[in-house]
Order: sequence, then structure tokens, then C-alpha cells
Amino acid sequence: MNASLRDRYDLAFTLYPYARSSDQDSASPVRHPVVIVGGGPVGLAAALDLGRMGVPVVVLDDHEGVGAGSRAICFAKRTLEICQRMEAAKPMLDKGIVWNIGKVFHDAGLLYEFNLLPEDGHRFPAFINLQQPYFEKFLYDAIRTEQAKGAPIQIRGKNRVDAMSTEADHSLLDISTPDGGYQIKADWIIACDGAGSPIRSMLGLDFEGRVFQDNFLIADVRMTAPFPTERWFWFEPHFKSGDSALLHKQPDDIWRIDFQLGWEIDREKELCPKNVRARVDAMLGPDIDYELVWTSIYTFQCRRMAKFRHENVIFAGDSAHQVSPFGARGANSGIQDVDNLCWKLKMVLDGSAPERLLDSYHTERAHGADENILNSTRSTDFITPKSDISKLFRNAVLSLSADHAFARPLVNSGRLSVPCVYDGSQLNTADALPDAPMRARPGAPCPDAPLGDGFVLDRLSKGFSLLGINTQIASDEPLHSISVTSKSAPDIAVRYLGDAQTGVYLIRPDQHVAGRWPTYDAQSISRALAMATAQEARDG
Amino acid sequence: MVKLITTQNLSQPDDFYAELLENHNDLSTEDSHALNARLVLLLCNHIGDHEVLQQALAAARQSGGHSDLPSTASRQ
Repeated sequence: MNASLRDRYDLAFTLYPYARSSDQDSASPVRHPVVIVGGGPVGLAAALDLGRMGVPVVVLDDHEGVGAGSRAICFAKRTLEICQRMEAAKPMLDKGIVWNIGKVFHDAGLLYEFNLLPEDGHRFPAFINLQQPYFEKFLYDAIRTEQAKGAPIQIRGKNRVDAMSTEADHSLLDISTPDGGYQIKADWIIACDGAGSPIRSMLGLDFEGRVFQDNFLIADVRMTAPFPTERWFWFEPHFKSGDSALLHKQPDDIWRIDFQLGWEIDREKELCPKNVRARVDAMLGPDIDYELVWTSIYTFQCRRMAKFRHENVIFAGDSAHQVSPFGARGANSGIQDVDNLCWKLKMVLDGSAPERLLDSYHTERAHGADENILNSTRSTDFITPKSDISKLFRNAVLSLSADHAFARPLVNSGRLSVPCVYDGSQLNTADALPDAPMRARPGAPCPDAPLGDGFVLDRLSKGFSLLGINTQIASDEPLHSISVTSKSAPDIAVRYLGDAQTGVYLIRPDQHVAGRWPTYDAQSISRALAMATAQEARDG
Repeated sequence: MVKLITTQNLSQPDDFYAELLENHNDLSTEDSHALNARLVLLLCNHIGDHEVLQQALAAARQSGGHSDLPSTASRQ
């Protein structure tokens, strides 16, 4: 084995062992339309989404499967809806743990509890907890299923990109394998190679933002303990195991425990099992038996690239943007990147939309990244006060919140990920149905709702769709159309009409609203469709 | 826009000022700062109106000679 291709981390599942590809024996570099660099959750999701649309993709991963360690554990409703669109969500929901209650403690006292109170009539809960390796494994299983049906997806394990050069209309990649090097050409590259993105470095691109001077210790423990399935967060906990602490349940009787250690620490000493156990013992009490499953110390940063698209190289997930983990905004935003990008890339590859459609990927997802960075920076400033005065106000909020309801919304132990609304996007058509609910405004992801035996999101097509409520859509309308009434689908009427009597929605392939009107008008639809696919410059 | 009241509005100014100081008498400097922080938060919530609070923050900075806005003030 080539020494330089030694694993950088242990694997939870070996899924795609190195196998020699015919590209390695080709006299000249084989050209591929799309090469995805990185086989993490974002890279696998991109491969699955594009492969399902019939776009040939090659995934290059320098490992042979899924890395060990729970890492991302909270997967949001929107992520599950996106995975459902790609027929990958069922095992996630089956395996994942649903939770709704969160409790916030200061010292020994309960400050307050919150309930995510999910609305009825959605296929998915607000969140599930699931270890990242399972999430990736289920995406991979869905890829296998699609491959068996003929989807043109190749995953090449132990294939590491060492260099990249850009030619007129493609890139040339130098790849290392256990059998030595080879080259391939790529029309498009999607860099899903993580926060330390080698592709970003090869292009010499920026990654600006804030570094937070704090260390967090993760201890995943296995125990059968009587704690409820709730998110418990302590500020300045009485058990003194850290400046803050978190307890959250995962599948397989695993519990995520997080301790905030401060900045000046000795990593090796803190990771020594004896010291980890001392902190966990203090938290759980003397009578709880547990086994340490995974420990890790992390620091974090909030930063993003200035541009997510550089010619034919597109960055998605942590390679493009990084946030602190409070709020479940890392992996969840990476999956939203994929959701946003893949239909656009498919249309550009097919020649049915101009290349500038891909610029809207940057506009829309940079907007999402900024929202995530703002929220997670604020959470971090609350959890890790950066000055004496910010700690003074933080503790003032905490002590007031035990007695007074007004202070509780100021307590910030993480603002949990909500789906991004692409307000102001150049793809949106101005709202022509302003009496309808804001949650379904142009740019928003479609709210789910029951329809017949299933849900409305299941009935949307792989392309653009129309949803008509209490109004006729012309029978010669070429787009996939769904017609319902307030009577046949009362929840759809509530979520899409509100005070409006009738409505027609134009919905993008990623289930975001492109435009909405009171009634069907072929010309408005076709103008909005042109706008949503960047075929027309925005009016005004 | 609701305007921040900066003219006389306290019904008993001398009594208020004495009580403000009395509440700090038995506290260490650190505890006094903490009390002030809680007081600020309670009063801000009572006022509620975001624009009034922004005017109050600006007025407080200005009287302290910090007339320039903090670098993050433009962030919404």
C-alpha cells in the first residue's frame, strides 16, 4: 500500500474498497461531466441526487468508507425531506431518535424548558438524532439501490486528488491510488472535501471568518440510563465538569456529552480516559455504569468562502462554509447546498438553462451560510462570552430567566436549524399572493402537508411543478400539476392559502417556491419559469 | 418612529436616585455591576420598542464621548 495513502481516520463502515478503474489503464485521461471530491455526507448526497437525474458522476474519496465517530448528530426536518426526495430517508427515520423537549439549566437549577411542538401533518419530525456514520451509510445504501437500477454513479475509494489544473473548458485532476497515479478530466468539479478542503487550497482561495478561542470535549458514552430523550444543556453546571455541558441521546443507547473546557488546555491530558471519566462521573453521579465509545476535542470557527463557485469548480458543505456546532447547522446546511445545486447543474449540463443559473447557487446558499454564521456566532458569544462584560450580561440573562419569562428568549444555547428561505433571490418572482402565509412565500421551501394517503411533497416532480388550490390549471399546461381544494386537502389550504381564496404555486425541483398567484395564467407561469432558470434577466 | 424621552419623565427624581444608590450600598463592585446588568435588561424589556432602545444606546454612548457607532451596529 502506498504509504502516503494511509488512512487519516478510522472507519465506521468500509463501503467502497479500492478497486482498479479502467480509467487507470487509459492511454489518455478519460473525461467525465461531473467529479465529486469527497465522500462525506455532502459528496454522497450530491452523487445520489445527480445520479438519480441520470447525470454520470464519479466520487473520489481518499478513504474506503465512512469515518468513525458520531460527529453530526442532529438532522433537521428539511434534511429528511430532501433525503426523502432522494428515497433515502426511511432508514434514517427508522433508526433515528425523535426528540422535542429541551431543558436549560444554570448551576443546579432548571431555568426553563422548551418544546419544539411540531405541527401535525408533516411526514418528518423537527429533528432526529442519528450518528453521522449511519446518515452516510444510509445515503450510500440509497446509492447502491440507484446503481442497481442503472444510475451512473461511481465511487472510487482510496483515490486522492493531489493536483488540479484548469484548461479552457475542463479541469485535469492528478489522482493517487494504491496502484499509483492517474489522471482524469472533469467538466465540473463539486468540492465536498470538508472544512480543510484541499481543492480550495489548490486554487489558493480564501476562507475568512472568526476563530473562537474555546475547546469542547465530546464524550459519547454507552449506557442504559433513566434520562429522558431530551436535550439538556447546562450553563456553569454545578458538577463543575466544564463551563457548559450538554447531554443528548443518540440511537444504540449512546449519549452525546459535551463539556466546554476553555482555551488554555492540554489536549492530550484532557483526552486521557481517566480524566474524561472524572468529568462524566461528576455529571452522571456515582451509580451510573457507562462505557466510553468515542472522545474528541474540537475548536471551531465561523467562516465562509467569498464565492462558492469558481468557474467549473463548485464548493458545497464545510468546504464552502463552516459554523460552530450549536444549532445543528453544519451537515444540515451542506445537504441544503446539494438540494440547491444539483437540479441547476443538471439543467446546465442538458443545455436547458444558461451557466449563469449556477451563480444563483452561490447567491442563495451564501445567504443561507450567512444566516447560519450569524446565528451560530450569536450562540457562541452567549455560550463562550468573549469579555468580562459579555459574561456579566450573559449571567444577568441567566439569573433573570429563572424568574421572568421575558429573559428566556435571550438565553442562547443554540438556535436550532430552520430551513433557509431564499428571500431576495434573483430566481424568485415577486409575490402576487400576499394574503397567503409568509411561510410559503417565494424563496421558501414548501411546507409539507397531508394529501390523500401521503404528503404533498411526495407528489412534486423531479422538475418544476404547479400546485393549484381551489382553482383550475389549464389541461394543456406542460408542467407537472397538482390540483387540490380546501375540502380535499384542508392542511394545504391552511399552509398555502391562509386568508387567500385561491392560489397557484410554481415550485422548483428543490421544492422551494418560485412564485405564486391567485389564479392560473400561462404567461405569468412561463415568465416565472424563465426567471427561476436564469433565462431572463430580472425586471427592474 | 417613537422617540426616546430625554426630557424630565421621572415622577420622583430625588427619591428614585436615592433608591438606586441604596440598592447598591451593600454590594461589592462586582455584584453592583451584575445588578445593573439585570436592571438594564428588565428596563429594556419594559420599553420593548427596538427603535427606542437603539436611540437609548446611541444617547448613552454619546454622553460618554463614544459618539462613533460600534463596528457591529450596522449588522441587522
